[in-house]
Amino acid sequence: MSNKITLGHVHMSGCTGCCVSIADTFQGLFTLLDNYADLVYSLTLADVRHIPKMDVALVEGSVCLQDELSIEEIKETREKATVVVALGGCAAYGNITRFSRGGQWNQPQHESFVPISKLIDVDVYIPGCAPCPEVIRNVAVMAYLLLKGNDAQKKLATAYLSPLMALAKDGSRIESDSEACGCDIMLKVVNQGLCMGCGTCAASCPVFAISMEYGKPNIDREMCIKCGACYSSCPRSFFSFDVCGDYENILGAITAAMNPGGN
Amino acid sequence: MDMLGKYKSCVAARSTSSEILKCSQDGGIVTGMFVYALEEGIIDGAIVAGPGDEPWKPQPMVATTPEEILAARGTRYNISPNMSVIKDAVRQYGLDKVGIVGTPCQIQALRKAQLYPVGLRNVTNKIALAMGIFCMENFSYQSMKQIVEDHCNVDLHSLKKTDIGKGKYWAYTNRGAVSQIPLKVTHKYEQPGCHVCLDYVANMADISTGSVGTPDGWSTVFVRSTNGDSIWKKAVEAGVFETKAIDGIKPGLELVTKLATEKITKNQKEVEHRATIGVGKGLRNPYI
Ligand SMILES: Cc1cc2nc3c(=O)[nH]c(=O)nc-3n(C[C@H](O)[C@H](O)[C@H](O)COP(=O)(O)OP(=O)(O)OC[C@H]3O[C@@H](n4cnc5c(N)ncnc54)[C@H](O)[C@@H]3O)c2cc1C
Ligand code: SF4
Ligand code: SF4
Ligand code: SF4
Repeated sequence: MSNKITLGHVHMSGCTGCCVSIADTFQGLFTLLDNYADLVYSLTLADVRHIPKMDVALVEGSVCLQDELSIEEIKETREKATVVVALGGCAAYGNITRFSRGGQWNQPQHESFVPISKLIDVDVYIPGCAPCPEVIRNVAVMAYLLLKGNDAQKKLATAYLSPLMALAKDGSRIESDSEACGCDIMLKVVNQGLCMGCGTCAASCPVFAISMEYGKPNIDREMCIKCGACYSSCPRSFFSFDVCGDYENILGAITAAMNPGGN
Repeated sequence: MDMLGKYKSCVAARSTSSEILKCSQDGGIVTGMFVYALEEGIIDGAIVAGPGDEPWKPQPMVATTPEEILAARGTRYNISPNMSVIKDAVRQYGLDKVGIVGTPCQIQALRKAQLYPVGLRNVTNKIALAMGIFCMENFSYQSMKQIVEDHCNVDLHSLKKTDIGKGKYWAYTNRGAVSQIPLKVTHKYEQPGCHVCLDYVANMADISTGSVGTPDGWSTVFVRSTNGDSIWKKAVEAGVFETKAIDGIKPGLELVTKLATEKITKNQKEVEHRATIGVGKGLRNPYI
């Protein structure tokens, strides 16, 4: 289909869990590839050696500053891709690689890891470790609508993606104050007088670092791996009445897009 | 701002089960609906505010039997983070069709989670029925304790029911005493996060319900989504609820609209006020 977008998966310092999440949309990946996107680059899934031009790059992993090839490739990704998506906690926030101090087998000199936004501007963040297959699917469908849809679809896709773009924009600022950890819940929600005790942050944490004590999140900072899931899932981090209020139509449209045969 | 949200129908209703009504807050809509949905296989469990480890402290729980749903009846005017167990409901309890009750903010959280399911793999597609309850404000456990014990002079252990209505905060004791204070007194104890809340009647629920608008013992019910509509119709047909058209009811939708408008207008102002609270600096606005 000529109307497809081109998609690549760029692998930096990540555990391949994000890549598994892409594949883990059950048959969803096939539907995406059949109808909406050509996978033009992916070390694991496509036999292509050099980063080609593409519409959307899904970048997994943080950048190791001691690995020159990584630095070259992330810069090249920015040049070649119209939209750069930081897929998962490591690309977006550094995640567990933030704790590295080097010394590990078999590249002990690989010591310093930064989120990709420290080196290039990033357009969209998908936080989480591993990022949820469903959110990858939703973003993929919306990215398609943004690039190939009609005016109404473009408007919807913009509204849907804009909070994830705002997270990326914030992360891309040199002086970004995002901690990308449970601390964000404290600094940007509770300390700002915005928390209402729904508990979504606690449910979203992959390592159970958050418990609800007397209706408010209590963060076990030693447990937190800095994936960014809690803050981005909190309804008081960002909330659009237009998008969320239209949940029935949007979820319906995504289901229909993923089910083009109609069965 | 849409004060009452989108809805397909609005009625006055109450449960036809005297057992359910015995301890329900109002018309037993939430409990009646969950018990019916469980028995019909529409849900295989529901997240409710179960009994906690201190008097009147709710503990979010995944109820999988009618008895457990019944045990969670009634409003506790303090925070029950019902969304916190949504992953457990699927992963630990193995539910495929989850029911959940929540305040408007919790239902907002749920819809955001469905659209941006960050960190909730294979969870958000299993939500089968979201019941919303109207909400003007909520209190922390410590605030509620302060109100009931200090202002109403009622020990939490002898408290039978609390209610907010007619401009007052009511505390009923097990021995039949009633203590009431002007609602005004409670305002300073409100949860700060409630002051930026722009939803009164759970606009994003499948079905939302509250006491305001209908006589004591009855509930006002908004049937909102396609899913909610189909479940509500089945339940009414099965005789789970008796209903009356809302049009003839006093005070009816007029009062609901008035309170919704008051809440949302006040809180919208607060959102704006926060933006300029400092000197050339302000607080974050979550609504974009
Ligand atoms: C904080 C709060 C403020 C409210 N404010 C208003 C108001 O301003 N106007 C109005 O008309 N109605 C308000 N309500 C709703 C009202 O009190 C009843 O809960 C509602 O009418 C449902 O009654 P019912 O008889 O149908 O439900 P029931 O059958 O009694 O079931 C109530 C359900 O709500 C759950 N629940 C109890 N406490 C909480 C809690 N704190 N958080 C989440 N779930 C809980 C219970 O587990 C139960 O499943 C408020 C409720 C709460 C919790
Ligand atoms: S507290 Fe949990 S969800 Fe939040 S950033 Fe840390 S690991 Fe991620
Ligand atoms: S997700 Fe809910 S409980 Fe957690 S910080 Fe946000 S508002 Fe508070
Ligand atoms: S007033 Fe709003 S934020 Fe506060 S508990 Fe009620 S619905 Fe939640």
